[in-house]
This record gives sequence, C-alpha cells and structure tokens, in this order.
Amino acid sequence: MSGRMDGRGVVFLGSPAFPEAARTALGDTRLRTNLRRVTTTIRDKRLRVTGELDDWEALRATGEAIKRRTLRHLPFYLEQLEESVTRAGGVVHWAANAAEANRIVTELVRATGEREVVKIKSMATQEIGLNEALAEAGIAAYETDLAELIVQLADDRPSHILVPAIHKNRTQIRDLFATEMARWGRPAPEGLADDPAALAEAARLHLREKFLRAKVAVSGANFACADTGTVTVVESEGNGRMCLTLPGTLITVMGIEKVVPTWRDLEVFLQLLPRSSTGERMNPYTSTWTGVTPGDGPHTFHLVLLDNGRSDTLADTVGRQVLNCIRCSACLNVCPVYERTGGHAYGSVYPGPIGAVLTPQLVGVEHAASLPFASTLCGACYDACPVKIDIPQVLTHLRAEVVEAKRAGSRLPSPESLAMKAATAVLISPARLGYAQRAAALGGRLLARRGRIGRLPGPFRGWSDSRDTPAPPTESFRTWWRKNREGEQE
Amino acid sequence: MRIALFITCFNDTLFPDTGKAVVRILERLGHTVEFPEAQTCCGQMHFNTGYRADAMPLVAGFVRTFGEYDAVVTPSASCAGMVRENHPVLAGRYGPDRLRREVGELVPKVHEFTEFLTDVLKVTDVGAAFAHRVAYHPTCHSLRGLRLGDRPGRLLRAVRGLELVDLERPDSCCGFGGTFAVKNAATSAAMLADKTSEVTATGADVLCAADNSCLMHIGGGLSRQGSAVRTMHLAEILAATEGDAR
Repeated sequence: MSGRMDGRGVVFLGSPAFPEAARTALGDTRLRTNLRRVTTTIRDKRLRVTGELDDWEALRATGEAIKRRTLRHLPFYLEQLEESVTRAGGVVHWAANAAEANRIVTELVRATGEREVVKIKSMATQEIGLNEALAEAGIAAYETDLAELIVQLADDRPSHILVPAIHKNRTQIRDLFATEMARWGRPAPEGLADDPAALAEAARLHLREKFLRAKVAVSGANFACADTGTVTVVESEGNGRMCLTLPGTLITVMGIEKVVPTWRDLEVFLQLLPRSSTGERMNPYTSTWTGVTPGDGPHTFHLVLLDNGRSDTLADTVGRQVLNCIRCSACLNVCPVYERTGGHAYGSVYPGPIGAVLTPQLVGVEHAASLPFASTLCGACYDACPVKIDIPQVLTHLRAEVVEAKRAGSRLPSPESLAMKAATAVLISPARLGYAQRAAALGGRLLARRGRIGRLPGPFRGWSDSRDTPAPPTESFRTWWRKNREGEQE
Repeated sequence: MRIALFITCFNDTLFPDTGKAVVRILERLGHTVEFPEAQTCCGQMHFNTGYRADAMPLVAGFVRTFGEYDAVVTPSASCAGMVRENHPVLAGRYGPDRLRREVGELVPKVHEFTEFLTDVLKVTDVGAAFAHRVAYHPTCHSLRGLRLGDRPGRLLRAVRGLELVDLERPDSCCGFGGTFAVKNAATSAAMLADKTSEVTATGADVLCAADNSCLMHIGGGLSRQGSAVRTMHLAEILAATEGDAR
C-alpha cells in the first residue's frame, strides 16, 4: 500500500470508499487486536491524566475560546506572525495549495545544493505529499520519527495521527528493519531481536548517521505565536530536537490555523495536547525557536504557511470549528469505528473522526463523500476533544452537503433520495403512516419465522447478514390507542 | 399538567408495548396521558442522513402537534435528543421566524421518559416488580446526548426483585447509528459482535435501554446467535408489577 497522494494532497490515490475499505480492514484479525489494545491503553491513560485536573473542563473551554478568537481574526494574526518571524531573521512563504507548498520547499532545498533532508514527524508535510514531491526532484527525505521511519521503510501509509505504525507489531517491524534499512542507509545489526529496546537501538544507529550528515531539516509545527514569532514542536523521542538544532537550514511547513495570538497561550495548549494525545502530563521534548540565533542552531529558517483548503473551511460557519484541531488524536482513540477499521480505511492522511470532518472540507465533499457517513454519531469524539470540536454536529452538516452535491451533480434523483422523499410523504400524514404500518405488519408476517425476519433483500442485505429483524406487531400503538383508550379521553 | 406521549414512529410501528408501558406507569402515578393522533416522526433519520429539507415538514408537524401541551414525554433518548438539539438547528437555519420561536418554546417541555420521572415527577420508585437479572445499556444518546447519567440506574435499582448487573465497556456504541448499520453494515456488525459478547458475559436474562432502536440492533444480533437474553425497553420493566407473569 503506497503513500502516493492525490494532487490536492490529503487523500491517497486509489482509495476505495470507506465501507468497502473498512470491510477489507475488518478481515484482518491481527490488526483489530493491535488496534483494540493500543487504543484502549492510550484511552485509559488519557482518562487518568485528564481526570486528575480540577480545571480540565475550564482548560478545554479556554483552548476552544483561544482558537475561536484566532480563527475569527486569522488574517490579522498571520500577518503579525509574518512580521515577528521576519524581524527575528526568518523568511515567511505563503502557499495557497499543496502544489505551491511543494514547489516552495523543493526550491529552497535546491538552493542549498543538498540532495537530502531529515524530517520531523509532520501532518502538514504528509498532507501535501512533500516526500514524494522531493523524490521527484531527486531529493531524499528521511523520516526520523520512529513510527514514521517504519512506515517509510515499508513504503506504507500512516494509519494513526499519533502512532502512525499502530497497524504493525514488533515482529513485523523487526523483519522490516532487517530487510529494508540497508536500502536507506546503515543496515540493521546482524541477528536483530524483536524486543522494543533492540528495535529502538537499531533505529537510533540508523538515524544517527543521518542527523550528523544532514544540512537541511524539514518540520511541521504544533503552534506559532503571532506576538513573538516563536514556533513550537512537541514530540516524544528527541529526533525532532536533533533536526531542529543540527542542520544549518530549517524549513517548517505549517497549516495557517496553527497560529496562536501570544506566547502566553501556549500555557493552555501545552497542557491540553500531551494529556489528550499520549496521555502524559507533559511530553518529553518541547522545542521552541524564534527566527535564527547566530552561532546557535540553524542559520537559515523558512516558514511556509499552508492554506490548502483551510480558507474555504473557515468560510463555513459550522465546519470552521474543525480548524480548532491540535492533532492530538484523542478522537481516534475513543472512536468505536476507528477501533475496528484502523486508519487506512479512511483513505486520508487524517483518519478517524477528525479525518471524517477535516478531509471532506479540505478537498471538497465530492472527493471524500463516504467519510461523513463513517460514524454512528455516538459522540465519544466530542467528549474527548480538548478544543471541543462538536464532531457529530459537523458530520451531519457535511452529510447534508454530500446529499446536496450529489443532487446537483446528477439529473436523476438517487434511490436513497427517493426513499427519503417517500418517507417524508408518509410521515407527514398520520393517516398514511397508519396505512404503512398495516402494510408493514402484513409484509412482516409473510417474511417472519417465529416473530423474526432473517434475510432481507437489497440495501438491507448487509444488515440482515448478522441481525434478525423483529416482525412488526399486528397492531401499532396508535391502533391500540384508538381501540382501547380514545373514548376515555373525551 | 397536560402530558402528551410522543411515542415516536419507530415505537408506534414496531414496539407498541413500550408506549403501553409508559401510559401504564404514568397512570399508576396518578397522571393523565394524552396521545395526540396527529403525531408522526421527529425527522431524525432524515436529519442524520443529510436530508434536511425533507425533515423540515416533520419539524413543523411536531410543533403543531405538541405545542399546546405542558409536557411531552417520549420513550426514546435519540428522538428526544433530535428534538432538543436539532429541531432548533433546522428551524434556525431553514425555518421562518415563527417556527424558530415555537421550537424554542417547545423544546424545554420535551422530556425523555426517565428524565420526566426523575426530574419532573421526582420519583425513582414507580412501584415496579421484576424478578430478573437485568443489564442496562446506556445508549450513546442517553449517555452523551441527553446526559441521563444515573437516572435509569436509580429507577431500575428501585424495582423490587431486580438484580442490576454492569456491562463491561458500557459507554461503547453498539454500532447501530441508524442508516450507519445499512451503509456500513460490516463495521456495524463488528461493533455489534463485541457488544453482544459483553451482554452475554453479564449472565443477564434481560438487556434494557432507553431506546428501542439500539435494542433492536443488539437484540437482532443476540437472536441471530441463538442467545436466550431478551431485550426490553426499560419502561416495560418499570411497568411490571407483582401480579404480572413475566
């Protein structure tokens, strides 16, 4: 499964619609066991560390309020950020879409004369398919986050925002290291064991060579403060710190919604993010930098501000709250659908509940039409979200947009839209509902065996594969009421 | 207090016993219940599937039917949630001013059945008896939509002879999700399989909930597996008394 992206970025090429992709994923029992174990572990850790704070709900409300204010005045804060970064010696670039961002980064790397870059785990660069764009220009991009390294060595796609290799177990990783590391650099040690310490050591040796050689690093950003121009990356492994301090040139690609007004606002988000994400009170490495400092760290810093559908998202009064997202992935870990299907089924760089509401907005609902329906609307994601994105509300909003787009794109109404129209025609009239109930009772009696209906035809076949349906009773409630109670009321 | 029963189209058609149980309990508590026959559907399926325009006549019909009552009681957490959360959304976005105002006035008077018992009538012991081992499934709309919390548990624990047992992972969705179970039948079935095994593991005779739609889903799975566990709306348990052969 290769990670080639659509030209707009975000969605992977050749991805089937969610129901079909999910069916394939559900057949992988090892994947389901991995997913259940990992999501349950992170979920429980998150509940412990959020439950210990008396002011957790106030923190969520504050995080949401800061994000809402920032988005309301986004152009102002972005221009302020540009000024601050420039003042501190950095260079700011504006990219309207994936292609523009890729072109900017490619040219910046070319200008250094280098043919390779080291990378910090970054959703924004994955969103635009930067590694593939660099490869086409003859530039090798090395992922240095352990899980991203695994995904890259396997020529695979990430399946989780925080733990991209959640779908692989350690035996698979050992085999991968043993066969693939040599193609990219220092080979894995002979006779590599599959215990976590041995695997981490193999990765450390492999990556160390790259850190010490690299002249250019590419990162994403968790936050950027408009007032000071300070950019922040939050991570666990320290590979990010290496990339941010060793190479002479640093190129950061950041979605425009990652700006926060002030340095002080980090106080809120640096509590919300690690507790929601890894379930830790604080993450091991938080790196912040402000432009360039002579003799300390990179001498050249470029900040690429990426739109790629975000301005369109901002224009939608219901959908814009999705731009609050700080990419913690708490919603993935609590989602009962994600827990069963894993991330690949979503066909997007952004899987899970957040992917189901972000992807269609970034690329247009017609290009991700099955995603808003990939949810039972159970609401677990909304409860877990540290910036209070009402994901179920956005899902139903986007479902309406999908229906609208399909209606506009076709001269003939779909069978589903006809069924919905018919249902309304019946349901606006109590008399027609009564007829329909009598018809259902009759039909049900013909189909039922011992009060239960087994197989159903057409679109309901999938339902009836694993569920019996109760036969409608001979008498509806309204019929019973009319026969037994009506007279008593007068 | 003029109390109207909103039975919901789903219960009306498939689970009339739940409506009879609500009437029985409220009358036992000394109240009169009316059933406005003009009622049909809250439009939940249309709204959740993306057919908002088709839901609008149902929102208007709901207001016309129930506007005059002091309290509207419904034995469905998801339909109560639809009215409470989404009727204002629909009326606010697509409706005329009058509808917006009428929805705003009606919504606070719409109560899910267990809420109505515990918060409005202030009762937890409704005089029920039901000598069975019972598990309660907090449906997503009960738990995270309406935040019913311990209300159903308090009502069930007051039932004579009833032994209440806990589900493992009570907060996880059964996989129904309305049209989700049709559009994403395989994923839904995977969620259902986990839920039915958790139900079976409790050793309960009966699984109850505040919504027949989720119960139909879980019950459909249990029935297909040949399980002896029955599913019942919790109103039917609260309606039962010593004299009933259950």
